[in-house]
Amino acid sequence: MGSLIQSVDWLAIAPPTVTAVVALVVLVADLFLPEGRKPLLGRISVAGLLLAGLSLLFLLDGDRSTFCLTGVSGRDACSYTADHFTLVIQLLVLGGALLTALLSISAVRDQRLPEGEFWFLLLSSAAGAALLPASRDLATLVVALEVASLPAFALVGMRRGDRRSSEAALKFFLSSVTATAVTLLGVSFVYAATGTLHLTEVAAKLADVDPRLDTLAQAGVALTLVGFAFKTAAVPFHFWVPDTYVGAPLPVAAYLSVIGKAVGFTGLILVTVVAFPSYAEVWAPALAVLAALTMTAGNVAALRQRPERAHSAVRLLAWSSVGQAGYLLVPIAAAGYADDPAHAIGSTVAYALMYAAVNLGAFAVAALVARTSPRNRITDYRGLYARRPLAALAMGFFLLCLAGLPPGIIGLFAKVTVFRAAVDAGLGWLAVVMALNVVIALYYYLQWTAILFRPAEEAAAETPAPVRIPLPLGAAIALAAVAGIALSGAPQLVLRFASGTLL
Amino acid sequence: MSHTVMQYLLAAIVVLPLAGAVAALLPAPPGLKGRSPEQAVLRHGVTVTGAVLALSIALAAGFDHGSPARMQATTDISWIPALNIRIHLGVDGVSLPLLVLTALLTFLCALYSYFKQQHQRLTPRASGPSPKAFVALLLVLESGTLATFAVLDLMLFFLAFEMVLIPMYFLIARWGGEGRERAAWRFILYTLLGSVVMLLGLLLVGIKGGTFDMVALATDNGSKLSHTTQLVAVLAIGIGLAVKAPMWPLHSWLPDAHTAAPTVGSVLLAGVLLKMGTYGFVRIVLPIAPDGAHTFAPYLAAFAAVGIIYGSLVCLSLARKGAKGDLKRLIAYSSVGHMGFVLLGIATLTPTGVNGALFANIAHGLITGLLFFLVGAVKDRYGTSDLDALSGRTGAALYGKAPRLGGLLAFGAVASLGLPGLAGFWGEMLAMFGAFRPAEGLSRPAFLTFMALAGFGTLLTAAYMLVVVRRVCMGGDGGSTRPQTAGAAENAPTDVLSYEFAAWTPLVALTVLAGLWPAALLGLTDPAVQQLLRGGN
Repeated sequence: MGSLIQSVDWLAIAPPTVTAVVALVVLVADLFLPEGRKPLLGRISVAGLLLAGLSLLFLLDGDRSTFCLTGVSGRDACSYTADHFTLVIQLLVLGGALLTALLSISAVRDQRLPEGEFWFLLLSSAAGAALLPASRDLATLVVALEVASLPAFALVGMRRGDRRSSEAALKFFLSSVTATAVTLLGVSFVYAATGTLHLTEVAAKLADVDPRLDTLAQAGVALTLVGFAFKTAAVPFHFWVPDTYVGAPLPVAAYLSVIGKAVGFTGLILVTVVAFPSYAEVWAPALAVLAALTMTAGNVAALRQRPERAHSAVRLLAWSSVGQAGYLLVPIAAAGYADDPAHAIGSTVAYALMYAAVNLGAFAVAALVARTSPRNRITDYRGLYARRPLAALAMGFFLLCLAGLPPGIIGLFAKVTVFRAAVDAGLGWLAVVMALNVVIALYYYLQWTAILFRPAEEAAAETPAPVRIPLPLGAAIALAAVAGIALSGAPQLVLRFASGTLL
Repeated sequence: MSHTVMQYLLAAIVVLPLAGAVAALLPAPPGLKGRSPEQAVLRHGVTVTGAVLALSIALAAGFDHGSPARMQATTDISWIPALNIRIHLGVDGVSLPLLVLTALLTFLCALYSYFKQQHQRLTPRASGPSPKAFVALLLVLESGTLATFAVLDLMLFFLAFEMVLIPMYFLIARWGGEGRERAAWRFILYTLLGSVVMLLGLLLVGIKGGTFDMVALATDNGSKLSHTTQLVAVLAIGIGLAVKAPMWPLHSWLPDAHTAAPTVGSVLLAGVLLKMGTYGFVRIVLPIAPDGAHTFAPYLAAFAAVGIIYGSLVCLSLARKGAKGDLKRLIAYSSVGHMGFVLLGIATLTPTGVNGALFANIAHGLITGLLFFLVGAVKDRYGTSDLDALSGRTGAALYGKAPRLGGLLAFGAVASLGLPGLAGFWGEMLAMFGAFRPAEGLSRPAFLTFMALAGFGTLLTAAYMLVVVRRVCMGGDGGSTRPQTAGAAENAPTDVLSYEFAAWTPLVALTVLAGLWPAALLGLTDPAVQQLLRGGN
C-alpha cells in the first residue's frame, strides 16, 4: 500500500541532521582552509550548533514523528519521534555541545589539537547524541549510541604524543566496545523473543511473550541495559571514568561527563520505560541497586581524592560525576515501581538539565585555571578569589549547585525532586542512601569551595599576573552561570518536567 | 496601616539587605564616594541596616497588637508549583520581636564597624581584608536571618536557615582571630550536617502532610501525620535545630566559633543566629508534630538541664585563676547555659514555659550581644581576652582605669546572671516556672528535677559572673598601672568612646526596659504561643 518512497519530515529530524551536515561541512572546509584560517572552523561549529538548537523552536508542539511503519497491527510504529521528551534532551545535548565548543576553541588552539578532525568528531558525536532521544526502535538506538560514542574515543586520544591520552582512549574504547557488544546481544535476544525492533511494539509483545521464551526475553532485557549503564558510568562500568577524564583534553572530559551521561540515561529511559515496562520487576530492582552503588562508589572515591595530587581537580570532578550519575538513575529505578513511570523520569530530566549547566560550568572554570597551572590540582585553586573574583564566585556557585546548597537553589530542589521520586515509589532505603551520599558529597564540594576563598600562599602570590580570559571561555562560564542563576531564581523552568508527563 | 503597606514592608525588610549586599560590591556612585572607599562602603552598610531597622520599627508599629496570634503582613505567591513551594511571608507575635531584634543588632554592628574604622583611621593598623566584602556578607547574613523569622514555608525556612551559614563562615574565616579557619570549618560542617538532617525531616513532613505551608500544617496540628512520622520528623528536625540552638552535647562548634569570630560576628552569632534554632522549635516542631514533640520533650528537657549545668561549670573552670580562660570563650559557654533555659522552657510544652523561652531568647540576644561588644572592646584595648593575662595577679581594675567600661561590663554580667529587674530574669524564671508544672502527660517528677538543676545552674551562673567581675573590674589600685604582660597596653586603657556608647546604649536601655516591663513582650508572644500550642496558625 502507498508508495515505496517514504515521506520524510525533514523539520522533525532537523536537530541531528543540521549538526551532522555542519560536521561534514567542517570536514570538507578543513581541506581547503589555509593553516592560518583554521580558527574559522570553530566558529562554524558554534554557529552550526546554535542553528541546530534554534531548529528546536519549530518543533515545540512535540507531536511529530517520521520513518513510520503504517498499518502494522493497527498502530503506527515510528523510528523517529520528536515529542517533548526528545526536545528537552535534544536541548540538553545541543546546549551542552555548544558550551563544550566554546570551551574547546581556546583549548584546541593552546594544545595544538588538529582543528578539522576535532570539530568534525565533536559535531558527529553531538549529532548521534541528538538522534538518540528521538530513536524509537532498538536498531536506531544502538546506531545513535555508537555514533555518539565512536567519535568520543578519538576525541579522548586527541592529545598527540601524550601517552596518558592514548592510554585513556584505549581503556575507554575497549570497555565501551565490550559494553556495546553485550547490548547488541541483548537486543538480538529481545528481537528473537518478540520479532520486532520498534520500542512500542516490543512493549506490546513482551507483555504476552511465549512462556518458553520468557528466560530469553529476561536475559535480553538485562543485557540491553548494560551498554547504556556503561555510558552513564554506573557501577560496575565506572572504572574508565577518572583515567579517561584526566587523559582527555579538558573540554572532551566535560563533554563526556554531561553529554555522554545524557546519552546513557536517555537510552536507559527509552529502553526501560518505553520498551520493557512489563519487565519492570527485572530492571527496576537492578537499577535501584545500581543507583545506590554508583552514588556511593563515586562519592566515596571523590572524598578520598587528595587535593595536592596532580590533576586532582579533574579527578574529583570525574568521581563526583559518577556520584551524580547515581542520583540520575534513582528516578528511572523509581519509574519501575510507580504507576505512572513517565512522571518519575521527569525528575531525571530535570536533574540532568541542572547537572548539565553547572557541571559544564565547573569544567569551564577548571579549564580556565588549567591555563595558568597545568597540573590542575585542587590546591591550585587556593586564592582564586583574589586573582579572579568572578571566576571564583562562579565556581563556588557551580560547586554549591552540585552539592545542593543555597545559593545553588536549583541543585537543592533538583535533589528534592529525585528524593521525592524515590519516596513516592516506596524506595525508602534508596532515599536514605541518597541522603547519606548527599552528606558525603557536601564535604568535598564545600572543601573545594572553601579553598577558592582562602588567601593565596606566599609562594603562590608571585605567580604571573593573570592573563586575559579568552572570550569564548569567558562566554562559556558566563552562559553556565546565567543558566544556573536563572534556574535558581525560577526552578519551575526545569522542575515542571518533574511534575508533567514527558513521554 | 493597610494590609498592602504592611505586606510591602515585610517583603522590603527581607529583600532590602540582599539588594544592599549587591550594591555594596559595586563601585560607589559619584556623590557617595565619601572620604575613602572603605568609609563609603561601611557608611552604605549603616544606611541599609538603618533603613531595615526603620522599616521593621514601622512594621512593629503597624502590627495589630490587639491580635498578635494572627499572621499579619502576609504575602503568599506561588514559586515552584512542581514542588508546591510558595513564597509565604508573615509575622505574628512570636516572630515580630525576633525580627526587630535582628534588625537592631545588625544595625548596631554596622554602626560600630563604621565608627571603629573612622576611629582607627587615625591610628593606622595592619589593613585587613576589604570592608566591601565585609559589608556585603553582613547584609546577606541579615537578610537570611530576617527571612528565617519571616517565612512560612518549610522549604523557604530551610533556604533562609542555610543562607546565613555562608556569610558567617566567611566572617569567621577571614576577619576572625586565632584558629579562625579551623573554627569556621567546624562551624559550617556541624551546622550543615545538622541542617541536612533537618531537611530530611522537613521533606518528610511536607510529603506526608501534603504541603510545605507552615500555617496549614500548624492548623492540621499533626492530624495528617502518623505517630511514627511525627517521631521521625521531630527527631530529624530537632537535631538540625538543636545543633544551631545549640543544645548540649551538640554545642561543641560554638565555643571555637565565638572565640575566633570578630566582635561583630560574635554579637550576631550569639544575638540572633542561635535564636533561629529555638524559633524553629516553637514555630515548626511544637505545632506541626505535637505528638512527636510530646514524646521527645523529656529528653529535650534533660539535655537542656545538662546543658545549663555543663555550661556554667565550664565557665566556672574558665574563670578560675591560672586556667588561661578566654573571656569570649567564657561568654560562649555561658550562651550554652542560657540557651539551655530556652530549650527547657520549650520542652515543658506549656504556654508559660514557651513564653519564658521566647522571652529568654530576646533577653539573651540583648545581653550577650552587649557582653560580646564589651569583651571585643576589652580585647581591642589590651590586645588579649585571656582572663589571666588581663587580670594579672590582682585584677584588671577596670573600675579604676576605665570606669565606664568596667561599669558596663558589670552591668552585662549582672544582667546575664538574671538579676530581677533586668531582662535576664523573667525568661529564666518563667522557663523554670513552666518546668514546675509541665504539660499534661509529661512526667512531673522528671521536670521538677530539671527545674532543680536549672535553679542550681542559676547559682553557678551567678558565681562565675561575679568571679569575672571581680577579676576584670576590680583589683589592684586604679592609680598605678603596671604592664602585666608583654603586649598589654602601657597606659591606662581608653574609656568607652562616644561611638561605643552609641552602639551599646540601646542594648542597655532595652535590657532595663524588658526587665521592668516584661508585659510589653509577653503580651505579644502569649496569644501567639497559646494558639501555636493549641494548633492553628
